[in-house]
Amino acid sequence: MQIKPILSALRHHKAGTILIAVQIALTLAIVCNALFIIQQRITMLTRSTGIDEAHLIRLQNQWVGVDDKHVGSLMQTDLDTLRRLPGVADAYATNSTPLSNGGWSTGIGLKPGGKGERVQTAIYFADDHTLDTLGLKLVAGRNFRSSEVVDQMQHDGLDPPQVIVTRAVADKFFPDGDAVGKRVYLGNKPSIIVGVVARLQVPWVGGWAANWEGRSTLVPRRLMASGTNFVIRAKDGQIDKVLHSAPAALLASDRMRVIPDDDGVVTFAQMRQEAYQSDRGMAILMGVICVVLLGITAAGIVGLTSFWVGQRRKQIGVRRALGATRRDILSYFLTENLLIGATGVVLGMLLAVGMNQWLMNTFEMQRLSWPWIVSGVIVLLALGQAAVLAPAIRASRVPPVVATRTV
Amino acid sequence: MFFYYLQLAVRSFRRNRALTALMVLTLGLGIGASITMLTVLKLLSGDPLPTRSARLFTPVVNPWPAENATPADGMPRWWGNLMSYTDAMSLLHAHKARRQAVTASTKAKIDPTQPGAHSFYGQGVMTTPEFFAMFGAPFAYGGGWSTQDAENQARVVVISSALNDRLFGGGNSVGKMLRVNDHDYRILGVLKPWAPQPRFYALTFGEDAYGDGDAVYLPLQSARADGMKPAGYSCWAPGNVAHLETAPCAWVNLWVEFAQVSGARAYKRFLSHYVQQQIALGRLHHPEVWLFSLTGFLDRQKVVPDDLRLQTNLAFGFLLICIVNTVGLLLAKCLWRSREIGVRRAMGAIRRTIFAQYMVESAIVGIAGGVLGLAFAEFGLLVIRHQPAPYAHLAYLDLPMFAATFAVALVASLIAGLLPAWRACAVVPAPQLKSV
Repeated sequence: MQIKPILSALRHHKAGTILIAVQIALTLAIVCNALFIIQQRITMLTRSTGIDEAHLIRLQNQWVGVDDKHVGSLMQTDLDTLRRLPGVADAYATNSTPLSNGGWSTGIGLKPGGKGERVQTAIYFADDHTLDTLGLKLVAGRNFRSSEVVDQMQHDGLDPPQVIVTRAVADKFFPDGDAVGKRVYLGNKPSIIVGVVARLQVPWVGGWAANWEGRSTLVPRRLMASGTNFVIRAKDGQIDKVLHSAPAALLASDRMRVIPDDDGVVTFAQMRQEAYQSDRGMAILMGVICVVLLGITAAGIVGLTSFWVGQRRKQIGVRRALGATRRDILSYFLTENLLIGATGVVLGMLLAVGMNQWLMNTFEMQRLSWPWIVSGVIVLLALGQAAVLAPAIRASRVPPVVATRTV
Repeated sequence: MFFYYLQLAVRSFRRNRALTALMVLTLGLGIGASITMLTVLKLLSGDPLPTRSARLFTPVVNPWPAENATPADGMPRWWGNLMSYTDAMSLLHAHKARRQAVTASTKAKIDPTQPGAHSFYGQGVMTTPEFFAMFGAPFAYGGGWSTQDAENQARVVVISSALNDRLFGGGNSVGKMLRVNDHDYRILGVLKPWAPQPRFYALTFGEDAYGDGDAVYLPLQSARADGMKPAGYSCWAPGNVAHLETAPCAWVNLWVEFAQVSGARAYKRFLSHYVQQQIALGRLHHPEVWLFSLTGFLDRQKVVPDDLRLQTNLAFGFLLICIVNTVGLLLAKCLWRSREIGVRRAMGAIRRTIFAQYMVESAIVGIAGGVLGLAFAEFGLLVIRHQPAPYAHLAYLDLPMFAATFAVALVASLIAGLLPAWRACAVVPAPQLKSV
């Protein structure tokens, strides 16, 4: 295929050529960045919490008319009820869980009284059943002992003698992996790290906790508050049954409680769904925009090329009469489109990188990697070829006899 | 003449139905997406107090221990404009601004007096006397409390018009009693409907930032004496959070109003001076002070989420592509009709006439695109209203946006029409006629 005649023909259609190239460039820039955003969101919403979500249920319970001081025994009774329930493997009570988007955070450091270098960590209230219930893997040290689990009033300082931390916390202060047995400070008194778990996500899924989403600390404490969360681990295949039997059993044992109707008893699958709703929405929106944009660009290419084909019917007829085959005509239009497309994608790559740079400056975005640009380029060139195919086939069907007609 | 152009346009649309439909659809999509996002952006970036915001400021100081350096870009965003009770009250009592108020939001349990009615929770603000005058909260009945009331920890309350409607049927309830958190408060004033969007004086811009506003306004010291808790607090050292007034914790906000915007500079000097004094006393350790204007503070707190800004930019990028696409299609369409133009030119139509004819044609495409865009925008907002965002239920197309839709549509189509119309009027009649 000779490129020179195509170029000289395009010189007569400057406006149309430039328009298609610009449209391809803009589409490439937006589609690359949108796909990149989609990928980032998907990475985020498939992030592991570190817990065995498939078997877990969260039950929000509010005791009615109870002084905070007397919550401890109620909590123990309820836990006994839950643990005895058929289909329940284990259960514990806590202030918060991953994916709940609400909880307790505090600074943790190597010096008492909030001094020295500190990092934020989420605080999860826990007992000796917590690791088994959540399915957390200890990478070092031991679990809490039941004798270590004591009551904690809401307004007292939090200074547990023992803590279990995630590897993210341990590595921050003890990069050599020897955190077990070391002292850390949440408040004024030291806490000994008795165990390290591989991973446990903080309750917040985005926003302010984004930079420390793996830094959690388990404290062997019962939080004396009239509202508590029970986390229940169901045995294989029993989760739907427990979803109904757990609140029923608690209400049967003591009616003086409120378990909210709408979100009182939820599986962690539902919590994940809810927690990432806006991120999933963003990914879907970006996806829709990509598809619509590609559709519009394709339609634009079809429109302009159809016009060119119509305008050049006579020239096509002449070429056919002079011996050009159908394939020659077809490949003429395909090559023409490829040339315009190539110009467009070169421009588009620059635009895509520029747009990504601007997004990084404005929105804490990451750098667009080359595979995304390359795949965008391939998609757009293929789209151009596909869009031009129908008008090009029509062009190739122009009979040579057209050349002999005056109109 | 205009009607003749209209006639010509309609005829030309009929000839290329698919192409015309494509143009209208493209423009409609672009406009629909942009208007949807603009509506939400306008909703979120609105000024909560348009007539006063320029003179309202909120100071921030760093109460952290000496070991914790101040971050290079100021206090972290999650810190907001939190201040310790001691600092806020010292600055309040210094009276260096025209008006000043300390605020903390709270959840208030309200017990209706009607028999059989259940108690419920409402939003509350614990604040100081000048709150109402400073933020321009209008009273329907009665008024706020005095400095004397605040000092005496008097159990008095100002209620919102919504709460007044709910509990007292909208009548003058001044002097009646209201049970808040199991204590009887005497109603001193009833506000007219007043709900700044967002509730900028609240701690965070979450679920409650948009909507009907607060139910009760209580004197800070009285409410605290009755055990009401702030919505949140942040402590930099362990302490007894049961008594936040003396704990090393920040949990109130200070807002100040100046007579003129220029008052801010003098106030910032005063603020620095205050902090220097406190450093000398050993209470504070960091000399940095900040004084944010109301809108500056909202920007800093990112009341408009990044995702939304991103989506709005994307929508406009989308519109740009739609316009480029429409230019291409209009161009194709008009060059297709070179012969017709040639004939019209030969019959005496001047260039300006041809130009006008094509601009009218583009404008019609634009208006049709606008109508379709409106439908898309309504659909888009419907989708947004079903999103789990705190502002979702407020996302409706208002009249200015309705007008803006058509303005955007018309401008977009006229811009799109410029090149094709110019090309059309540049058609030389002779060659076109020759081939006929």
